Amino acid sequence: MDKKLIPLHLLPIGGFGKVRQLISEGNARRRMLDLGLITDTKVESLRKSPSGDPIAYEIRGTVIALRSEEASKILVEAMINE
Amino acid sequence: MGLTHQSTGKQVLNEMFNVQLESPDEVVIALAGNPNTGKSTVFNSLTGLNQHTGNWPGKTVTNAQGRYSHKDKKFVLVDLPGTYSLLANSVEEEVARDFICFGKPQATIVVTDATCLERNLILVLQILEITDRVVLCVNLMDEAKRKGIQVNLQALSKTLGIPVVGTNARDGVGLGELKDAIESVALGETVAKPIKLQYKKDIEELLQTVEEEVDKVVEGKINSRWVALQLLNGDHSIRQSLNTFLQEHIVDANGLETTLKRIEDLINGKNLQQQEIQDEIVASIVKLSEKVYGKIVLVENEKYNELDRKIDSVLTSRIFGIPIMITLLGVVFWLTIQGANYPSEALATLFFTIEGHLSNFFLNTQLPEWVHGILVLGVYRTLAWVVSVMLPPMAIFFPLFTLLEDLGYLPRVAFNLDNFFKKACAHGKQALTMCMGFGCNAAGIIACRIIDSPRERLIAIITNNFVPCNGRFPILISMALIFIGGAAAGITQSIVATMMVLGVIVLGVIMTLVTSKILSKTVLKGLPSSFTLELPPYRKPQIGRIIVRSILDRTLFVLGRAVMVAAPAGVIIWIMANIMIGDVSILDHGAALLDPFAQLIGMDGYIVMAFILGLPANEIVIPIIVMSYMSTGAMLELDSIEALRELLLTNGWTWLTVVSVMIFTLMHFPCGTTLLTIRRETQSKKWTFASFMIPTVAGIVVCFIVAQTVRLLGLV
Repeated sequence: MDKKLIPLHLLPIGGFGKVRQLISEGNARRRMLDLGLITDTKVESLRKSPSGDPIAYEIRGTVIALRSEEASKILVEAMINE
Repeated sequence: MGLTHQSTGKQVLNEMFNVQLESPDEVVIALAGNPNTGKSTVFNSLTGLNQHTGNWPGKTVTNAQGRYSHKDKKFVLVDLPGTYSLLANSVEEEVARDFICFGKPQATIVVTDATCLERNLILVLQILEITDRVVLCVNLMDEAKRKGIQVNLQALSKTLGIPVVGTNARDGVGLGELKDAIESVALGETVAKPIKLQYKKDIEELLQTVEEEVDKVVEGKINSRWVALQLLNGDHSIRQSLNTFLQEHIVDANGLETTLKRIEDLINGKNLQQQEIQDEIVASIVKLSEKVYGKIVLVENEKYNELDRKIDSVLTSRIFGIPIMITLLGVVFWLTIQGANYPSEALATLFFTIEGHLSNFFLNTQLPEWVHGILVLGVYRTLAWVVSVMLPPMAIFFPLFTLLEDLGYLPRVAFNLDNFFKKACAHGKQALTMCMGFGCNAAGIIACRIIDSPRERLIAIITNNFVPCNGRFPILISMALIFIGGAAAGITQSIVATMMVLGVIVLGVIMTLVTSKILSKTVLKGLPSSFTLELPPYRKPQIGRIIVRSILDRTLFVLGRAVMVAAPAGVIIWIMANIMIGDVSILDHGAALLDPFAQLIGMDGYIVMAFILGLPANEIVIPIIVMSYMSTGAMLELDSIEALRELLLTNGWTWLTVVSVMIFTLMHFPCGTTLLTIRRETQSKKWTFASFMIPTVAGIVVCFIVAQTVRLLGLV
């Protein structure tokens, strides 16, 4: 297992990651928590929009698109298996 | 204090939430749920047409209420805004939360999507913290079955400790059972023992201390544990709501301030960071929902959303995403243009036959000639024009558009276009409000409420007019048809016409982005705010419901508005065309005055005059142009595009005139209704004025450049 943390938007398409840390604060942080993005949440990077940003992720059974500004404030640990 | 608990409760409902009871024994039910769960379908199926909408007091959030009867009991259903959580990140969440807590509905229905339960359960658990009187409605059971997702409703009910009903609201399945469950919970026949959240020890202790403090003030009238939780959560909006509520209840609110201060000190006294508390509270709920979900849902096929993903990979693909979007839009326009021709002509023929009879009737009476002029040549003809030109395209366009909406395509449009909006420093959801603008700009502007950031909302409101609404489509379509040589033209020509309309729309989108960018860099400086967009599962559309809904809610609404405006406008135009000053009518005087300016931008005085007189509603622009060109001072029988084409050509129109009219149709001041809506939504005369000026100036500049270039190059 690679323990290195990467910002979510750099997670390769089709890859899975586990949420380790939220960098944002205040309202922005609350918004992310609201999506169910707490520590250990599994996230799949699904696809980029035609111009590369935003990226769609599967989070707890829902597909959510995040701009790189938000996704970069979510640190994940890339999961090798699956 | 002679007020009983019940009468003060009613007062709170009325003054805080705009809910008026027709009789004291009506049962108030709240309807909550995530967006995209079919919540409004549940609302519509329960209440039918017996509903009305307004605003929450002091908020720009829609408040829909409906009534139904069940077993001789009367129920008032209050549709809360669709939200993902109740943590008061937005006005919608605040409204939903306040209603459940302070409005004290006798029961709250939470609508969830059986295919996205894990996410949906978070809201359910949050609501259960406020009230025990909850009925869980697991909707879209058929979709879940199709995708191989098994939901064990009994286990869910047992785990959560509340009644759970599975429904397919679209087909009316399970609604009877839902009504029974609501009744039983509302009348206290079922006493629920819902699952309770336990927090980490230090937080739980603090929570209990704060709860005791809160309870001293609210005296058991509302859930003090929940209020305490919000205070711990650092939610400031709860204070305001609490204050309002206590005043309504004639409780001494002075004690509140000191209590709140004491609580604040209590929290600060602990060695806990605000962020830590907040994280812990949210994490507890999310983890619990994860646990519950794991127990009650069985996914037979792990790849259940494979099809959705495949569709997405085409519709949002790097290469095809945007071309497909434009093509789809083109197909919708083409079907509208092609399909609307024949019914339009049939309607026109019908109306003018009726007019003949009307005229005969009037001329046989003893009434003066001008009565016939105003009523038949003014009011009736304008109305006949507006209806025959507008009704068929709307009756085709709106259902097609609603179909795309129902399929779940619009969020994909927002996804595809978001980067452009980001570069323009605007909100991604502006793409959605633009789409609404195709129907009606006033509706598009109301839809801007989905944008939280005030700066980005203003940008979306001001630029919404760059999307041609349904009142302007007929102008664009008839202009395109005139350009290609009339309605009898073949398929190739109608494709050319479609391309012209599409071109105008692409120009509108470009103008939207450019204007948004300029606004963001000047008067509305700022960075794009955070943005999360859900791409909900694709849904099988309900064709019958789409037709009924788009005809009732949209077509008739827009048509009704147009008719209301067109009738008086017909009178004014007839008067202007028939009252002479010297040898010339008022209309001609006006046109002569405007002509030099109009020529500069590729049009003539009558056309610009028509746009000005068309301020109440753009639908009447073409009737005014036509009426002005007619020597008789009223419209002649113009039952075909050919006749219109002939008339325009004899009045000196060239292709440049057609193009200029199309551009100016896209870019000029919004109609009266839209301006009033902007005024109401922005609460500002300044921004209303800006919304008036920006498209007008843009239109004049673009038309001027086009006209002068074309003339300079000697193309006309």
